[in-house]
Amino acid sequence: MKIMRATRMERCIGCHSCSLACSRQVHKVLSWNKAGIRIASSGGLSTGFEARVCLACDPAPCVAACPTGAFSQRKGGGVIQKRNLCIRCGECAKACPVDAIFLDHQVNPYVCIHCGRCIPYCPHDCLEMVEVPERRNGSNKDKEVAS
Amino acid sequence: MIRDYFRVMVVNLGTGKANIVERGGRNEVLGGTGLAARLFQEFGHADRPWNDPDQPMILAIGPLTGYYPLMSKTCCSFKSPYHDQYAESYAGGKSALSLRFADLDALVITGRAERLTALCVGSRRVELKDVEYLRGFDALSTGRALRKMFPGSGRRSILRIGPAAEKLSTYACINVDTYRHFGRLGGGTVMGVKNLKGICILGDRGFPLPEGKAYPKLYKHIFEQLTSTEMMSKYHGVGTAVNISPLNGLKSLPWKNLQQTSSPHAERISGETFADETLLRNAACAGCPVGCIHVGFVREQFQTNNQYLYRQVAYDYEPIFAVGGMLEIIEPGEVLRVLDVIEKEGFDCMSCGVALAWATEALERGDISEDETLLPLKWGDAETYMKAVELLSQQENEFYSLLARGTMRAVARYGGGDYACVLGQEMAGYATGEVFFVSEALGFRHAHLDAGGYSWDQKHEEKDVDAALKFLVEDGRKRIILNCMVGCLFSRGVYTEALLDEALEAVGYTDLATGVDEIAFEVQKLRWRVRISTGYDPRTVKIPKRYSEITTWKGPLDTEYMEALRQGFAQRIMELGAPLPEDAPEK
Repeated sequence: MKIMRATRMERCIGCHSCSLACSRQVHKVLSWNKAGIRIASSGGLSTGFEARVCLACDPAPCVAACPTGAFSQRKGGGVIQKRNLCIRCGECAKACPVDAIFLDHQVNPYVCIHCGRCIPYCPHDCLEMVEVPERRNGSNKDKEVAS
Repeated sequence: MIRDYFRVMVVNLGTGKANIVERGGRNEVLGGTGLAARLFQEFGHADRPWNDPDQPMILAIGPLTGYYPLMSKTCCSFKSPYHDQYAESYAGGKSALSLRFADLDALVITGRAERLTALCVGSRRVELKDVEYLRGFDALSTGRALRKMFPGSGRRSILRIGPAAEKLSTYACINVDTYRHFGRLGGGTVMGVKNLKGICILGDRGFPLPEGKAYPKLYKHIFEQLTSTEMMSKYHGVGTAVNISPLNGLKSLPWKNLQQTSSPHAERISGETFADETLLRNAACAGCPVGCIHVGFVREQFQTNNQYLYRQVAYDYEPIFAVGGMLEIIEPGEVLRVLDVIEKEGFDCMSCGVALAWATEALERGDISEDETLLPLKWGDAETYMKAVELLSQQENEFYSLLARGTMRAVARYGGGDYACVLGQEMAGYATGEVFFVSEALGFRHAHLDAGGYSWDQKHEEKDVDAALKFLVEDGRKRIILNCMVGCLFSRGVYTEALLDEALEAVGYTDLATGVDEIAFEVQKLRWRVRISTGYDPRTVKIPKRYSEITTWKGPLDTEYMEALRQGFAQRIMELGAPLPEDAPEK
């Protein structure tokens, strides 16, 4: 399984082509908000840009928070979204630790589904599909703490 | 398409009320510059001065804004404080997409707030905030303050002014999202006189896309043209600053208040040198993958013991010409430091640099003294120029007060008109020859981008008045098509008329798709009509003597040729802008 990562955001020029591509191709809307990836300045344009995008948690807090099964766990991390099951309660966005789920004014959630269709539209190669990183087991964690 | 009519928000700062008006006429004016002129006819007052509270400030986008790459600019129009005539300016940043996603084709701001105010508009929001406490704040600090006041990081545009606009200098700009500007002809001053310190536009809506495969396919094609071919490399590589060296080679680079048209020092401020020594990173307008914004940096030691600060300053060809060559500042870092002060005070950098170049020569010649300038202005002395920019912004004395209202106001008091580099307003950076000088002096926006006169000069040695005039009018019209859309003029090589037709068709504007050229012709006439109704008479425009004293690659300037062009272009403009039969005064 692969997931989409915004790995080189220091190259980002703030053109929003990725968000526009996601909303256009995945969600069939013209928007820079209604997209699985959104670009924000990190406190004004002189400080560069950051991407609000799903980190592919596994288990995903948004899935746990979803009361209707509209969000289910995607193998390898992230979510599978079924819009017809969504009651628009907004609990998914509240649960997301990194503000990666956008709620429009009708409380429709938009989240990255790791399809990678935004990637060809990034002119500076900030985005890429990567293999799901190996989950750390307990012994690794212990090692990290010890160091 | 989102709609076939225009949805316009009208905000009255005097009453604090806003309303949404809907207007037809898409098939007559397309949008952008055409819509702005149409809205000025409705909301403006040709016979009243620019500072009448009822005069509008208009922001308008086009039918393709947000739909395609580089359809990413906004047209801002107003009655100019500079010459009290109808004027417009263009800027990108996030302004255009913010307006699109705020569900507005245009924003019209009328009235005058009692106290300094910030306006926030979005698809579901109109809010006025008293920001009297920001009076005197520079344009960059104001941006930081407004960011904290309003929501929507990343998908909003923040327009603001600096002290120069509050003090009503006639060439104060509107800073758009830190690195872009409605620069020319005093848009910032219009905000200043309205007591409007900032505008936040929230792009918080989305729209259904056209059905079918034509739109996504065309989008992909255009995107690839813009990103994977060499067509745009000039703009995202070295950037427009790449022009310094070739213009210097062609003896067409204004230098030292146009005392020279080239200099052996020009290489020090070439685009390549800037890229090598100061370029920190690139940035883009929202909706444009090209990324032509070049952000340079300056590092300064402010205390001993290795205490440094750094500043980020955007540069382009025009700022480097105006503050570098014209003032003979030949260190990139020094150019950026002066630009940084200009940025904070909120001046149009071209007018500011060119005005200070005139002041330096006037001092050199003894037409003015240090009693006026208060500073020993000297070519290349960046430190002194930085102080001068502040005195100009504060309008410290009568001299600076007049100079802040345009070089020609100072000329009227002190003389020195022969060497004023003013072509309608302080000149753009192309000393290419007769066609450009006439084009800028008489052109609608007094901008080098009104028509490609600068390019004609560089390619044509022959002096064919009729051919040059035909080019100015027709090339101007082609640019108007893009300015109706409102696309970036850098993309004019990609967006041919045929491609624009296809682009309109693919998003559902089938009625417009075959008639764009005719609409542009009508808009060309409309714009001149509106301009002339506010008092413009191209026949009275003079080209200062300095322009007849220069030598370009073609040799000494030909004054007879220039005069024939001037008279011919004035006549063409009067014909284009003739009143409609129903508006003509009865004989």
